Amino acid sequence: MATLEAPPPIRRRETLDQAVIRFCGDSGDGMQITGGQFTNTAAVFGNDLATFPDFPAEIRAPAGTLPGVSGFQIHFASTDVFTPGDRVDVLIAMNPAALKMNVADLKTGGILIVNVDNFKDVDLKKAQMTSNPLEDHTLDGYRLFKVDLTKLTRAALKDLGLDAKTMDRCKNFFALGMCYWLYNRSMDTTTRYLEDKFKDKPQIIEANKLAMKAGYAYCEATEAFQVSYEIPKAKLPPGRYRNISGNSALAMGLIAASQKCGLPLFLGSYPITPASDILHELSMYKNFGVLTFQAEDEIAAVTSAIGAAYGGALATTTTSGPGMALKTEAIGLAIMTELPIVICNIQRGGPSTGLPTKTEQADLMQALYGRNSEAPLPIIAASTPGDCFWVALEASRIAVKYMIPVIVLSDGYLANGAEPWKIPQLSELPNFPVTFRTDPEGFQPYKREAQTLSRPWAVPGTPGLEHRIGGLEKQDGTGNVNYEPLNHEHMVHLRAEKVQRIVQDVPDVVPEGDAEGDLLIIGWGSTYGSITAAVRSKRAAGKKIGQVHLRWLNPLPKNLHDVMKRYKKVLVPEMNLGQLVWVLRAKYLVDAISYPKVQGKPFQVSEIEAKIDEVLQ
Amino acid sequence: MNATTYSKKDFQTDQEVRWCPGCGDYAILSAVQSVFPDLGIPKEKFVVVSGIGCSSRFPYYMNVYGFHTIHGRAPAVATGLKLARPDLDVWVATGDGDGLSIGGNHTIHMLRRNVGLKVLLFNNRIYGLTKGQYSPTSEFGKKAKSTPYGSVDRPFFPLSLALGAEATFVARSVDVFQPHLKAVLKKAAAHKGTAFLEILQNCNIFNDGAWETLTERDVKDDHTITVEHGQPLIFGKTKDKGIRMNGLNLEVVPLGNGVSEKDLIVHDERHPNPAYAFLLSRMDSTPGFPTPLGVLRAVDAPLFETGVNEQVQQIIAKRGKGDLGKLLNAGDTWEVK
Repeated sequence: MATLEAPPPIRRRETLDQAVIRFCGDSGDGMQITGGQFTNTAAVFGNDLATFPDFPAEIRAPAGTLPGVSGFQIHFASTDVFTPGDRVDVLIAMNPAALKMNVADLKTGGILIVNVDNFKDVDLKKAQMTSNPLEDHTLDGYRLFKVDLTKLTRAALKDLGLDAKTMDRCKNFFALGMCYWLYNRSMDTTTRYLEDKFKDKPQIIEANKLAMKAGYAYCEATEAFQVSYEIPKAKLPPGRYRNISGNSALAMGLIAASQKCGLPLFLGSYPITPASDILHELSMYKNFGVLTFQAEDEIAAVTSAIGAAYGGALATTTTSGPGMALKTEAIGLAIMTELPIVICNIQRGGPSTGLPTKTEQADLMQALYGRNSEAPLPIIAASTPGDCFWVALEASRIAVKYMIPVIVLSDGYLANGAEPWKIPQLSELPNFPVTFRTDPEGFQPYKREAQTLSRPWAVPGTPGLEHRIGGLEKQDGTGNVNYEPLNHEHMVHLRAEKVQRIVQDVPDVVPEGDAEGDLLIIGWGSTYGSITAAVRSKRAAGKKIGQVHLRWLNPLPKNLHDVMKRYKKVLVPEMNLGQLVWVLRAKYLVDAISYPKVQGKPFQVSEIEAKIDEVLQ
Repeated sequence: MNATTYSKKDFQTDQEVRWCPGCGDYAILSAVQSVFPDLGIPKEKFVVVSGIGCSSRFPYYMNVYGFHTIHGRAPAVATGLKLARPDLDVWVATGDGDGLSIGGNHTIHMLRRNVGLKVLLFNNRIYGLTKGQYSPTSEFGKKAKSTPYGSVDRPFFPLSLALGAEATFVARSVDVFQPHLKAVLKKAAAHKGTAFLEILQNCNIFNDGAWETLTERDVKDDHTITVEHGQPLIFGKTKDKGIRMNGLNLEVVPLGNGVSEKDLIVHDERHPNPAYAFLLSRMDSTPGFPTPLGVLRAVDAPLFETGVNEQVQQIIAKRGKGDLGKLLNAGDTWEVK
């Protein structure tokens, strides 16, 4: 006999090709960890993805206030992903301040999950809100889910004997569990993470696991969500993948370089946002023979690297714009003494202290010209988080091959952003073993190799090669101090020529998209994703567009001018007031159009699309 | 050539020495060139690193590896070099402007870390290479190019500063006291850790006679005291004065009339409390007190470059030598087919 039961809720699963989620809350709410976990899970599942962590410079601004809001956005898809996404499909807001700062980016009809326990009058006041948005119909355009995140988390953890504060710290994992249900994701990756990260704190593991499961079960049990989503695996090129951030990739690239050139890696660094993670990461890799030196200041960071390079190490220094400013005199010394160091500038908003946690690419001119006198050096820029690995490796190879300091430009967006990265086979990495000069016969410290113009690397401790170097002008060949006018002019030309010779190692550019046409977009650095996505969509709409993304900014690829001539117009989007465009216009006399953006935020795809339309009108 | 058969000549370069005639730097160069052959170190292991200033031209005249860096940064360059190459014998040549003004930060942190460097601080109490501005060791009220009406800032006592920065070896000598200078140079060379040697040096162009009360034959014995480990603090032309403790202060006392050597401080350069060396380092600021020469303090402390490199070896022993393939494949990975 049939029993009378309530019918099961009609639940639907929809398959989508992509989604954008943003977690936002107080700096202390653990939004970066939550976002990072969702990212790893999506990566391990096999989606393509891009992330955008966006956090304030203050470690803990007063709780609940607007300056304290921290966010993490992830765009994951079964198709190619180039950017973290312009607008979000799902917004998780842990308090009114987070809601206020982020809701404008939520798509109309998008899912909005709020922690109602944090919407009391006092919370609204901290967010400078005069009425409660959960009641005043301002959120009517969204699918609003009011969840007692704090209460439900406490209820889930009530048997663990934890204090309220500790329980409340787990509410981000309740929200994470909800999102895992919403996108039909396994909780295994995060469970593994918890068990590894807190292996000495079993109670913390248990509490977070319980909170996450409770969030998942809440969605399963309540009928709030009628639809859940599936986003199938992306079709990435075959291989083994991992999720990687730009700073991690850069650190690993330096280690790879050290292994491939056979020299120990030395890092001199001073803590600075957003570069410090490279120092942290390399400090963990001492079993690779890495020497990390947290110097007393930025100047000691670079000069210690110069000292280590003089002694025969693969030496590097990592910093951001203000630190670069402090290092400039020493970089001139490395140019003058022709010692190989790799200088990594993880750019941030400026000038001065500027926007420490926000991204910008306004240090190009500083890299090119920010030193006294004629002091050119090679500059290479990374285009994606994973590319930071290859750029660090290539910069190291060029530095030791040409005996020259090399600047690597990354930025806050690449540094903290993540993407799935195809792990290279060791055989794909270039070998570039270094040989020091040991033969005293005919030795001169500034006698040059004909093709690269590099001088011999003669390290202290080598019998018979005792010599003196320094910042005073040199006589070519002997390296003796020399003040003669024509020798100085010769040396100025020679140092410039040395940089230009690197073009031998710079591949010609091959435009993506149309090989000729109405518009060429030239970019560099972290704008790669936004430009690529915009070019693809506009080409799909029938526009004739080519795209060149420069890796070497000095020297520029030798065919760049020829490529530019194949298009009617040239557009240069940059997160500065037009620095690369200035160089291109000056060097090639081409009427390139600048598209500047300096908001501490990456370009949205739609912004570049709109600019393309405007330029092609 | 092996290390034991060097002569002074082996450490001279073919470069024309370009200090002003009569400069105290010549005497310091000569003393160092005389001492290096006796240290038992292969010539190619020596490196002299300098900053900017008259004193910093030093490396060009020493026939060893040399690096003339930028203003104030020699300790930082040398620290990087010593970390990467602990096998080298690295000397830093600097001055009162280079090491105590523009490079003051690097100087104190080098001392704090106890990097195995020998530091020769040429103190002439003036900026020479920029032609005569007052320096951080110039006396209060100094009239110089940039202070025509007298300086209004107080000087550093370089050895007090070094002791405050946790220096493990602090010593002083004078350019013209060649036997003493050579002896102290040898002690500095033997010290494990940062050896900080202040060398009082005369700039006969811009600050001539800055140290003449310490060097003139008829007055020097009353104005200096040569400290020797285990010996009482006695000075004066006829060895008639001593120094004893009086509460927390030092006191100059004439010997005789019931005051004997037994009442005086016996110099202990290895005293664990740096306060004693600190008192010595600045006592000559009080009228009637002599300027101490010799090794004020020499104690043992862990070496920075040893600590850094041992940690690397310990981690390698514990975790095995780094494997690049494993590093790249660490964490969550997945296969795309």
